Amino acid sequence: MRWMAETWRRLRSLARRDNLELGLDEEIRFHIERQTDKNLRAGMTPAEARRQAHLTFGGVERVKERTRDEFRPVLLQDSLLDLRYGVRALRRAPVFTLAATLTLALGIGATTAVFTVVNGVLIKPLPFRDADALVSLKHTAADVNGGPPVGMCLSMLVTYARENRSFEQIGVWSRGSGTVTDGGVPEEVTTLNVSAGTLRAVGVQPAIGRWFSEPDQAPGSPETVILADGYWRRRFGGDQAIVGRQIAIDSRPRLVIGVMPASFRFLDETPDLVLPVRIDPARLTLGGFNYDGIARLAAGVTREQADADLRRMVPLWMAAWPSFPGIDRAAFAGTIPLVRPLKQELIGGAGDMLWVLMGTIGIVLAIACANVANLVLVRAQARQHALVLQAALGAGRGRLARQVLVENLVLGLLGGTAGLALAAAGLGVLPAIGSAGIPRVREITIDPIVLIFTLVVSLSTALVFGSIPVFTLAPRRLAMTLRSGGRGSSDSRERNRVRNLLAAGQLALAMILLVAAGLMMRTFLALRHVPPGFTEPAHVQLVRITIPETDVSEPERVLPVQRAMLDRLAAMPGVTGVSFTGNVPMAGERSRSSIVREDVPIADQRGSPIRWFRYVAPGYFQTIGTRLVAGRDFTWTDLEARRDVAVVSENLAREFWREPQAAIGKRIREGDTSPWREVVGVVGDVYDEGVHRAAPPIVYWPAVMESFQGQPINVRRAVTFAIRSSRAGSESFVSQVREAISSVRPEIALTRVRTLADVYGRSLAATSFALVMLTIAASMALVLGIIGIYGVVAYSVAQRTREIGIRAALGASRGELAGTFVRRGVTLACAGVACGLAGAAVVTRLMASLLFGTRPLDAGVYAVVALGLIGVAALASYVPARAAARVDPLCVLRGE
Amino acid sequence: MTKDRGDLLQGTLDMLVLKALQLEPMHGWGITERIEQWSEQVLQLGQGTLYPALYRLERQGFITSGWDVTENSRRARYYSLTRQGRRQLETELAQWRRASRAINKVLDASAP
Repeated sequence: MRWMAETWRRLRSLARRDNLELGLDEEIRFHIERQTDKNLRAGMTPAEARRQAHLTFGGVERVKERTRDEFRPVLLQDSLLDLRYGVRALRRAPVFTLAATLTLALGIGATTAVFTVVNGVLIKPLPFRDADALVSLKHTAADVNGGPPVGMCLSMLVTYARENRSFEQIGVWSRGSGTVTDGGVPEEVTTLNVSAGTLRAVGVQPAIGRWFSEPDQAPGSPETVILADGYWRRRFGGDQAIVGRQIAIDSRPRLVIGVMPASFRFLDETPDLVLPVRIDPARLTLGGFNYDGIARLAAGVTREQADADLRRMVPLWMAAWPSFPGIDRAAFAGTIPLVRPLKQELIGGAGDMLWVLMGTIGIVLAIACANVANLVLVRAQARQHALVLQAALGAGRGRLARQVLVENLVLGLLGGTAGLALAAAGLGVLPAIGSAGIPRVREITIDPIVLIFTLVVSLSTALVFGSIPVFTLAPRRLAMTLRSGGRGSSDSRERNRVRNLLAAGQLALAMILLVAAGLMMRTFLALRHVPPGFTEPAHVQLVRITIPETDVSEPERVLPVQRAMLDRLAAMPGVTGVSFTGNVPMAGERSRSSIVREDVPIADQRGSPIRWFRYVAPGYFQTIGTRLVAGRDFTWTDLEARRDVAVVSENLAREFWREPQAAIGKRIREGDTSPWREVVGVVGDVYDEGVHRAAPPIVYWPAVMESFQGQPINVRRAVTFAIRSSRAGSESFVSQVREAISSVRPEIALTRVRTLADVYGRSLAATSFALVMLTIAASMALVLGIIGIYGVVAYSVAQRTREIGIRAALGASRGELAGTFVRRGVTLACAGVACGLAGAAVVTRLMASLLFGTRPLDAGVYAVVALGLIGVAALASYVPARAAARVDPLCVLRGE
Repeated sequence: MTKDRGDLLQGTLDMLVLKALQLEPMHGWGITERIEQWSEQVLQLGQGTLYPALYRLERQGFITSGWDVTENSRRARYYSLTRQGRRQLETELAQWRRASRAINKVLDASAP
């Protein structure tokens, strides 16, 4: 506290300086006058009295100077001086400054970039009012399936909304799509389907118009829509009078009741339209978990209390609603609610990966720091003479240390500024290196928290690398340097030890990163090696179309339309296979329900296991390249005659009947009242949840069925066409596909135009992102580490030129001389690698959750990295060592 | 001038200045006179040291200054002790007494 008061006083005195100067003059004049008076009283003549007074006082100017010294704000002025001196010193050594700044910029830039991502994804609260009170509601049914949790069904929403004691708001939402056919070209748009409580829970007001309220979701009320800002501007030019107009969505008129603000984002969704979920209590059943639940906790309610409240309501829900047609209601008995913070739900598994990355990048920063410390050390050695001179002229050790430190702080800030620019540029290319695996990616921005972080990192980095040379500035050492004529032999030995330590430490850290990158590479290769259940996905074009009821009202007529499209597509040149499916594998499009077997008594079936369903047309397996293991594919006759048939995946066949062959002819059904359906084929497993997870057992149903899940006729109006062609993915191919489809139905829009390879790539996105980032980090670490080794060896060659010359003169061969230095580099590398091995064994444990098909202690990776690192280090030391071997002894000795 | 002018021990000037100001605020000249008088003309402050000392003490917060008018209507800068200055004076006096007592004991010791 005292220094603060002191600083304040000095600052104040700086401001009042002129004032004090005038005061001092007057004061001294006064003093001399009084002295003169006194002398007069003592009987001197006026002239003598004056002269004596001046004599007594001494030199007026000297007194003033010394007094000024007392109120001069020394510390501040000196600091400014240090700063000026530091900047000048850095400008005098442009190569050093450039090298150090670049190294720091890389380290700080990478750290800032990753921190920006961590901040945007993990740290920042969700962009909603009081976002901590928002929770996601999910459910698991432990008895029935061990699969991932499902969301909520509408009957639950009705029960929960009525009975709960812990939520301020509760709602459900789902994503969807629709076709706007409001004159002009039909346009496919993304929609967010919400119940009224959802928007109230997040608390975002529409910019124009009103929110959905309960009447909007009641059956029979006029259908309404809220536009997203982007869509409103794009399609309607930001027309303020839009509210109250009707637009046709999926050929049905909807009343526009509002426009969301531009800032509106719902979790990771950026929908074009927000539609109300229609809830008709008369037709609701248990089941149909197709919605995600969201709620705002009432004030003072904890998540645990909310969880207990939900557990209380599950039996109420079970009692209140009829079961889903054909499903045993006992299947819902084991339903367990799951309340999680909304943010955590959104982030998912990305947190682990990001923290691993943050740690990784911290290591890169440490290596960069060590490199700069090495540079600073060399420079300190070169400048030793200047420093010693300053010390001899009376500069205290503290003064010198401060000077070096200020210089390094300037360097740190330079590096930090350049790093910030690098980070900003790096974040710009983030989407290109696979940000698909990162949630909240749109919320990643350089904000004040990031700026503060960068500043702190820059300054603390500067303190770390700056304090190492300061540490070697002990007065004893200075004195010694002066004595040894500025050469400082014993001193430099000590510094060499520090340099060796830094170089070995860098290699150890680089080793850890290389091992981590190696493990990630193994993981990636292992994932790529798993056959996903389809072949050559890049040649499979996917497009989604929806045949609305307004267009083709009778369900029976949907299939002929779809088949007509398939025929057109099959006729296109270069198309080798074409079919369609209700949902695309690996795209997160899932539909699940329970399965009953005919050959096992119902009592032994432990509830009815819930399995994945997929609805396909004939030729689907052949088109995407799923192997037929036993039996046959569906035929068009199966579909047209609505035969009761099914195809199952190999793992489902093995689970139920041990052998794929044994499955053929067995009968299954999806509900208690449905007809039994005969298994006619068994196909290979498809890794639907990504190749790093087990392939889920799947039941394939024909795209058209009778008496399925209580519906007299079950058709797929929204299907994805799969078209195999080597031209898949090209613009021209897609436009031909569009033509072929519109030649059958001109008003149908294509959506989700992509290849199967895109879908597959997305499922690997998280892994490939981690791989790319780790590889970047590891390469930076490798380069910096190698520069470190090179620097140490090259420096020691330069230091020992004389010794080399003498040894060469005494007959040492070039090989011997070079060997000395290569050995030195390799010894350092071995020490570094040994530490690195131990470090990696500990650190890579933290990334176990990211690995697949390998272990944190993968001997192969460790061996390759260790040997590679030593090899590269040997090479890096050979370059300066060869220079040593070429030293001409005559030149050296003459030079002395 | 007086030949047997006492050279001040290092660091004692500040203490003497504080002591001089203990009773009442004074200007620089007054402080010189007061110390000369109290020391029975032995201690004469070199003016070259008094003013730097005053500014130093002010900067340290032990004294404050302000302009005032003297008994014969001259403007002069008056210095007065702050509370912190009073504490500092007590500390320094205690230290001085301890040290001088010790030194006296050494000097008074009879040779063995």
